Amino acid sequence: MTSVRIDQNLASELLARSKRKGATGADIVAVEGGSASVQVRLSAVDKLSKAREKRLGLRVYFGRRSAGASTSDLSPASLDELVETTCALAQAVVEDPYAGLPDPAALAKEWPNLDLYDSETVPMDRMIELATRTEKAALAVDPRLSNSEGAEFSTFEGRTAFANSHGFYGDYQGSSFSCAVAPIAVQDGLMQRDYWYTVGRKLNRLDSPEAVGQEAGRRTVRRLGARKITTCRVPVVFEPEIAGSFLGNLCSAVNGYSIYKGASYLVGRLGERIAPDTVTVYDDGLMPGGLGSKPFDGEGLPTRKTAIVEQGILKNYLLDTYAARKLGLASTGNAARSVGEASSVGATNLYLAPGLATPEAIIRSVTRGLYVTELIGFGVNMVTGDYSRGAVGFWIENGELAYPVEEITIAGNLRDMWMGVEAIGNDLVFRGRIASPTVKIAEMTVAGE
Amino acid sequence: MADAKQSEKFYLERFGVTDRELLAAMGRVKVRDVDYADLYFEHTVDESISMEESLVKRASKSISQGVGVRATAGEKTGYAYSDEITLRQLEQAADTARYIARSPARAGSVPAIRVGKPAQDLYPVAVPATEVATPEKVALLERIDRVARAYDPRIKNVMASFATEYKVVLITNAEGELVGDVQPLSRLQVTCIAEESGQRQVGSFGGGGRGEFSFFLEDNRWERYAKEAARQAVLNLKAVDAPAGPMMVVLGSGWPGILLHEAIGHGLEADFNRKKTSAFTDRVGQVVASKLCTIVDDGTLPFRRGSLNVDDEGTPTSRTVLIEKGILKGYMTDKLNARLMGIPLTGNGRRESFQCIPMPRMTNTFMLPGESSPEEIIRSVKRGLYAVYFGGGQVDITNGKFVFSASEAYLIEDGKVTTPVKGATLIGSGPEILKKVSLVGHDLGLDEGIGTCGKDGQSVPVGVGLPTIRVDEITVGGTGA
Repeated sequence: MTSVRIDQNLASELLARSKRKGATGADIVAVEGGSASVQVRLSAVDKLSKAREKRLGLRVYFGRRSAGASTSDLSPASLDELVETTCALAQAVVEDPYAGLPDPAALAKEWPNLDLYDSETVPMDRMIELATRTEKAALAVDPRLSNSEGAEFSTFEGRTAFANSHGFYGDYQGSSFSCAVAPIAVQDGLMQRDYWYTVGRKLNRLDSPEAVGQEAGRRTVRRLGARKITTCRVPVVFEPEIAGSFLGNLCSAVNGYSIYKGASYLVGRLGERIAPDTVTVYDDGLMPGGLGSKPFDGEGLPTRKTAIVEQGILKNYLLDTYAARKLGLASTGNAARSVGEASSVGATNLYLAPGLATPEAIIRSVTRGLYVTELIGFGVNMVTGDYSRGAVGFWIENGELAYPVEEITIAGNLRDMWMGVEAIGNDLVFRGRIASPTVKIAEMTVAGE
Repeated sequence: MADAKQSEKFYLERFGVTDRELLAAMGRVKVRDVDYADLYFEHTVDESISMEESLVKRASKSISQGVGVRATAGEKTGYAYSDEITLRQLEQAADTARYIARSPARAGSVPAIRVGKPAQDLYPVAVPATEVATPEKVALLERIDRVARAYDPRIKNVMASFATEYKVVLITNAEGELVGDVQPLSRLQVTCIAEESGQRQVGSFGGGGRGEFSFFLEDNRWERYAKEAARQAVLNLKAVDAPAGPMMVVLGSGWPGILLHEAIGHGLEADFNRKKTSAFTDRVGQVVASKLCTIVDDGTLPFRRGSLNVDDEGTPTSRTVLIEKGILKGYMTDKLNARLMGIPLTGNGRRESFQCIPMPRMTNTFMLPGESSPEEIIRSVKRGLYAVYFGGGQVDITNGKFVFSASEAYLIEDGKVTTPVKGATLIGSGPEILKKVSLVGHDLGLDEGIGTCGKDGQSVPVGVGLPTIRVDEITVGGTGA
């Protein structure tokens, strides 16, 4: 059984076949790629894995009815079945007045090369060496680092193609490389684990194995001797990784789908103040080499830079064509389309614009408070903004990190937390699709003893 | 059904996979220095239909298929997978998988294939839910919408989704075993948004398992899900801030069993204990809970979401006692860890799909019932929290700290359940928390069948269960006094 090639001809053929079945519109998204990873633990290879895969998704419209289907079997017989299934499903659902392809005029006509692909390949032996060096560097930081969950080096390269029945066809290649390690420190029979990582679209842009390892070791050892603290209301400082998670909550709250469903605490707040003047948040799909960058979105619309919050004012929701129509707005080019699913909304590269303060100065500004380095659990209610999560970090006493703390929660409401942003660091570094500098929040409830 | 013949026929007819090809691939991967090797074939059909704003407007279907080839040598695992099920792809994958053994590519000798006997048949279905006509599912979602909206005028939006999958697997290993299974799984989920004087609240409920579509119609389950989601959303409109700090907590029966999953379940998965990265490392035989606590992991409960006839390495699932009267008895294992640790194979080797390496995972994890009545447990509390429904949880297995987030909870004052409180995260220490269990009810309940567990990026369906219990102290992460 042979697979067909994913290209413009295949796309045109499937779109034409759907139309012959009576579809009034259709689109196709296809991805193919290869991945490899190695995991090394205590200097011995633990796991090696390698794969190539591909998937194709078809979405059809029968007037205002629509459905999607996908398959990893690209044999001609399976693709026939795919068209059949999708068309049958679409006729089984009800009409949705807002459903449909984007306006042809809105589709991207040309797109920039965003430098998302690195053709460099890393042989297995080289990956093993890089992971081994990373773990060694981590464990060398301190003799108490005596165990490890291992170090992992992985690579991915792939191609995404999108086509629709308005005649759009586009494809682009992307790659990513990452290296991470999670060492374990032991003291008085108690263990602590932390981790660090580097990730990028270009191999030569990764941090060195030694830098990653040393940071992981430092982060792990400093957690030894952690204790609980008494319940209190104090200022809370989020280190950049954690501030990124807090920014991720904002990203969910401005998702157009949550907005029209009434499932966000930011419903109806467009144009209103949701944070102090110092807060500006952008989503930028055109950032060269960005992990979230793409030349066009999941519906073929141009990606762009969108202000979500500007000087504390909520400026835009993140929208695709459907959510935009529901809200009477225009798409922001944020359609995120996973194969076979209906279009949804996703951030590209979302970040909080840096402030002027150094992270050290922010910590120094706190007399008694909490510095958070890890959050666990899912205690965020997007509908109400209520927030309650498990936390790990350091107690701040007179502007210094005094001792590590654990088994505590931090709680508040996202509304108050954003309005209470008192300081933003100058330490913005893109380590993923969502990035933030250090953030200080005026007050939260910390529950402990 | 756990019948290798049925799965074998499926792969033979669809992909022309014959015994000869299986043997050839196996010979290629099971070279000298490879201790163990297996092939995992999977074909899964997923279907999902969803409704919002009273319109069933989204439907999707997906097919994924492929084969994963694994070789282990000592502690090392080599893995490769392909979404094309052909001899050439199998051979390529085998070459990658055996790379870890660094042996020459000379075919090893492998025993002839023996077809495994059906181990157990926990989820026989006459008509899989994937085969039920779409309009029937559409009609059910529309009924849910009407019932939820009729529950209370403050319900402003109802979102419901029905998702079902049908997975056919075939597993063969270098010991010559050939095992197959057909694994249906369905889930119906309802979320309601209530609104009153500009304030909005949300409630969610659902259920499912490995049965037929009719499961949701029996005992009007669909109707109960709809009303429960609506009730929670409306109830939360009048919820006050949850307290902050340590307090006595009563957990209701059923879904609050997520406590066990997070507090001790993950920490008792064998891989973490072999690597000595779990807070429970080397603690078998020690007291880790109060005498009232006996906790099992049981993959053999008929039609349950967490159940399997055989795990994803072909081992029949079983009932494993994890903690007996407070004493830690053992760990949950897959083949690799059972072999390396020299402990029994428990049938907990699971994987999300052919793209993933199996590892020890939970199935259905629950505490056996005790003797107290739920009423007397609540009556015994002067001031505390009564938590009956939860969202997700998470654990750091190394330091043992875990959280789980209540979505429906009340204050207990002078032995009576009083005011509803807003959702809050509860945090505790796994090796300590169960020592504080001072009363266990006789009302063991299992969850409704919506749990999904994530580990190392792999999601698998699981179940939990709990009788009503009293925990003398746990930190409640609210904002109130």
